[in-house]
Amino acid sequence: MSDISLELQEIVQKALELESPLRIVGGNTKAFYGRKSEGDILEVSGHRGIVNYEPTELVITVRGATPLAEIEAALAENNQMLGFEPPYFGSQSTLGGTMACGFSGPRRPFAGAIRDFVLGCKLLNGKAEILKFGGEVMKNVAGYDISRLMAGALGTLGVLLEISMKILPKPPTELTLAYEMDFERAVEAMTTWCRQPSPLSALCFDGHRVFARISGNEKTVTSAHARMGGETISANSDFWKSIRDQRHSFFECTANLWRLSMAPASPEPSLPGKWFLDWGGAQRWLITDAEPERIFRIAEETGGHGILYRSPDPATDRFQPLPDKLMQLHKNLKQAFDPAGILNPGRMHADL
Amino acid sequence: MDKGELILLFQKFLSTEAILSEEEDLRPYECDGLSAYRTLPWIVVLPDNVYQVRSILRICYEHDIPVVARGAGTGLSGGALPLENGVLLGLAKFNRILEIDPSNRIARVQPGVRNLAISQAVADYGLYYAPDPSSQIACTIGGNVAENSGGVHCLKYGLTVHNILRLKLITMDGELVTIGGSGLDGPGYDLLALMTGSEGMLGVIIEVTVKLIPVPDYAQVLLAAFNCVEDAGKAVAAIIAEGHIPGGLEMMDNLAIRAAEDFIHVGYPIEAAAILLCEMDGTQIQVSDDIDQVRSLLLANGAYDVRAARNDRERQQMWAGRKAAFPAVGRIAPDYYCMDGTIPRKRLAEVLRGILTLSERYGLPVANVFHAGDGNLHPLILYDANKPDDLERAEKFGGEILELCVRVGGTITGEHGVGVEKINQMCVQFKSAELEQFHAVKTAFDEKRLLNPGKAVPTLRRCAEFGAMHVHRGELSHPELERF
Repeated sequence: MSDISLELQEIVQKALELESPLRIVGGNTKAFYGRKSEGDILEVSGHRGIVNYEPTELVITVRGATPLAEIEAALAENNQMLGFEPPYFGSQSTLGGTMACGFSGPRRPFAGAIRDFVLGCKLLNGKAEILKFGGEVMKNVAGYDISRLMAGALGTLGVLLEISMKILPKPPTELTLAYEMDFERAVEAMTTWCRQPSPLSALCFDGHRVFARISGNEKTVTSAHARMGGETISANSDFWKSIRDQRHSFFECTANLWRLSMAPASPEPSLPGKWFLDWGGAQRWLITDAEPERIFRIAEETGGHGILYRSPDPATDRFQPLPDKLMQLHKNLKQAFDPAGILNPGRMHADL
Repeated sequence: MDKGELILLFQKFLSTEAILSEEEDLRPYECDGLSAYRTLPWIVVLPDNVYQVRSILRICYEHDIPVVARGAGTGLSGGALPLENGVLLGLAKFNRILEIDPSNRIARVQPGVRNLAISQAVADYGLYYAPDPSSQIACTIGGNVAENSGGVHCLKYGLTVHNILRLKLITMDGELVTIGGSGLDGPGYDLLALMTGSEGMLGVIIEVTVKLIPVPDYAQVLLAAFNCVEDAGKAVAAIIAEGHIPGGLEMMDNLAIRAAEDFIHVGYPIEAAAILLCEMDGTQIQVSDDIDQVRSLLLANGAYDVRAARNDRERQQMWAGRKAAFPAVGRIAPDYYCMDGTIPRKRLAEVLRGILTLSERYGLPVANVFHAGDGNLHPLILYDANKPDDLERAEKFGGEILELCVRVGGTITGEHGVGVEKINQMCVQFKSAELEQFHAVKTAFDEKRLLNPGKAVPTLRRCAEFGAMHVHRGELSHPELERF
């Protein structure tokens, strides 16, 4: 429960002087994600605690390494929640790590991604400067949106010291419905539902069945159920947690697990392997031994991108290669935040 | 470079009508929606395809000529104010909707497409584009992206940044870059977030893919009248504490209520110190229940009258008063100056009292309209530009309101942008190292600093000069800087 930002600043300052790279580690539950990064460990897990929580302002500010569980417990006392349904890859998963990875759970297509809920942050850049951007208010367009830029940057632009997030009320009732169908019909059904106004809050397909979660007051949920039909799934919150945290049997594998982000109504891509569709079809998990180049090429052709999410091979590249000019902009930004290249170098791309 | 030489270079790929250089042709471009600031541009170019935009930027890059991009020119912070030595790049001809994909709930549009035209074009599919700035009839989507525009439905549906999926932009050196993707996120850094609200400083947007959402089944609005502003503020907190996220939650103070009522006669209670408009939308069953609960909360928190719109026509009328608030205030004073601070909602009463004190001190009345759900305050300072020093006083008054917003933990701009207008207040909100970080980001995209120079982020030197004039409690801002 303490603020160790000055100690962290000192470590980064020393690393900067020695041009010696640092690997940022918080709860250490997502080491599987991204490329391997070399360097001394920058242990941030001590930098934790809720700094400010105002239920009626719909805002919470926490130190970067505050565990998700601690935040969600505090929010639950006021019937509130993190709207992006953060995945837990262990009890020690932190908000800072989740934001650095840009991870969001099943509610994402209907409520927003983690970056959508970011209101502001305090960061420690590679020049050992502590900087504050955004704030604790809902709307803020003063200066570039550097807070949201940190979401998904894998710690390569700065260490997240403090994060302010918009929070949401918890829906009073949720119900999950299931429907047997094949891939093609599943995509069609999910597309049709998403085009209609409805109280949907999650939509996935496990290869055999579509699962739809509806949220709202009791009458809304009952009436949506009457309209949509389907078989009721008991213990529905455990089901969605198993998708969110990748504990569902689909994710039990030793081969490569890919995440493809693409237009939700896209047909089944011609790739061998086993599919699981989440986010109404916009986030597609694929277990396959197909060549990475082939997957990146197909993802690019659909206007989307691929991420090798988990792999037994630690040496492989994990993220969609970027076109030259876009990569140049990435390098320039890295230079702008971390000119000596000491923060998580290579975690995203070899050159960043 | 000589103006004639530059025109000759442009004429190689632009028609004569697409290049404006005579004073009478340049005049319409001398300002945007912040008309107190005017500069005649050096040259205006009006390209109509991507090749032309790339060529214009390449030439300007090569010859170190600054460029200001402009959409419909409705911005309220002077973000599109031209430069007397620069090229104004008008994108109004990029006005085509390129693709509507109802299955993927997206529309791919050119930057000069008007905000409202998108929702109109997709209405037949039961879809719409959510952000609705009050200028939505005229403002363009490219400008919305540049300013991260909001509107009255932000608390529930988000700002521009939450409602776009992909951008194509041209960098200052003429390169085409696509960011974002066909899914819900893009590869690499979140440049979509960085570009949104960057006020034309990082690149020129030439295509926007927006997210469309289904039109809600049903919407219902309540109008609540209060005898004091504090109670209205408490009612807002109570609604949110009970777990409601209204589609719209707006407050108006007495002067704004009277101005609106005088203007369009919608039956607003002109004696009220404040009114709240609270709209709930969603499924009919959910909305009916929500409205009952919200009505009780309003009454329990001091509303002396709560009315529900009995039908859609009445609902539109209730909103019409709010939407006409700016022009209505325009009728009671020769000029008004619209501010855009955002504050934590709980500090509302305190900030309104502070504004009143300032109003007395400056001798200028102020009407307040407030996106209460978001904490985004729009004080309208009334003045008369024909009176000597009135504008100057209005600007100083406005500056002090923004500094007050920062002191209570808020920000100097919620949705209008910094532009040229609030550039001094940026020195109040940010430390030198933070401003330096902004400049470094700018350099990452535009190393020659040719795109919209002088806007949005002040130089440290400017802050030092501004700081010398604004000393709070004896603390000099940016004390580490040399004074000039």
